[in-house]
Amino acid sequence: MRLLLLLSLLCSVSTVLAIDTLRFDNATQQAEYENITSELRCLVCQNQTIADSNAELAADLRKQVYEMLQQGRSQDEILRFMTDRYGDFVLYNPPFKTKTGVLWLGPIVFLIVGLASVGLVIRHKRKNKLEQTVASTDLAKIRQLLDEGEDV
Amino acid sequence: MLKYIIPLIIFIIMAVFLAIGLHLNPSEIPSPLLNKPAPVFSAKQLDAPEKVLTPDELKGKVWLFNVWASWCVSCRQEHPVLNEFVKQQPITLIGLNYKDEPDAAKQWLADLGNPYTMSIMDNDGRIGIDWGVYGVPETFVIDKKGLVRHKHTGPVTMQAVQDELLPLILQLQAEP
Repeated sequence: MRLLLLLSLLCSVSTVLAIDTLRFDNATQQAEYENITSELRCLVCQNQTIADSNAELAADLRKQVYEMLQQGRSQDEILRFMTDRYGDFVLYNPPFKTKTGVLWLGPIVFLIVGLASVGLVIRHKRKNKLEQTVASTDLAKIRQLLDEGEDV
Repeated sequence: MLKYIIPLIIFIIMAVFLAIGLHLNPSEIPSPLLNKPAPVFSAKQLDAPEKVLTPDELKGKVWLFNVWASWCVSCRQEHPVLNEFVKQQPITLIGLNYKDEPDAAKQWLADLGNPYTMSIMDNDGRIGIDWGVYGVPETFVIDKKGLVRHKHTGPVTMQAVQDELLPLILQLQAEP
């Protein structure tokens, strides 16, 4: 009896899951679907992809992607469909354009500025060190101290 | 002296950027539809589902396209503004009833007043996707040639009407 109950429980779980399952013609199509949905940003919760998001709009867009794949549209066509409507912002990997230039080049510029300032600081320090000539009186004192050390 | 000035300058630059960042609205995403033809639809009318509306029927008119739903909380906040707006200015205001139940939508209009020249139904959100709708309410301004000229995301306020929408509508109405 207990086993039967457990089994029926398991069965019900599997049917619940089945509601959200999409049927794909082949593995390539499924891979494409997963690829595209993880490439698109959910516009409601901006730090999630539409594959991750539970927002209603994300579900609608997933459905849209699925249907377009079923119609035999290519990945490029689907991504263009999305950017025509939502702009480059919808892509997690936006194309390089004048508008997105700062986005792409910004980190490189920061890296260059960072490396340059590190270089400058090092050079500055090294130059200071070379300029520090030890006075002859100091040198005599150092010798004396070192000699005393040897005696001990 | 330079030792103290450089960090100060860096701090000021950063502070300026952060201050600008604070005043930006991250949910405001520029629409790629601007200055492009309004996306085509053929949608059932809320009051008369046997009739459809297409954007072609509105050519030659400046019209507003407002996305709303009875489940949308911000729409409730926006609604009195739209009521007041159409009272002041005779405009063509088309409502897109987005992912809503027709009965709930009709009840909502009966309770709160109906500023819309006409509302059309988008039960499955397809028209919404075509217009790049991601947050209800949204409002578009379409010119006489059928080009999208402006998009307002979020509830329309009286200030937005005075500062953005009204001047633009008057300007567009003066265009041939």
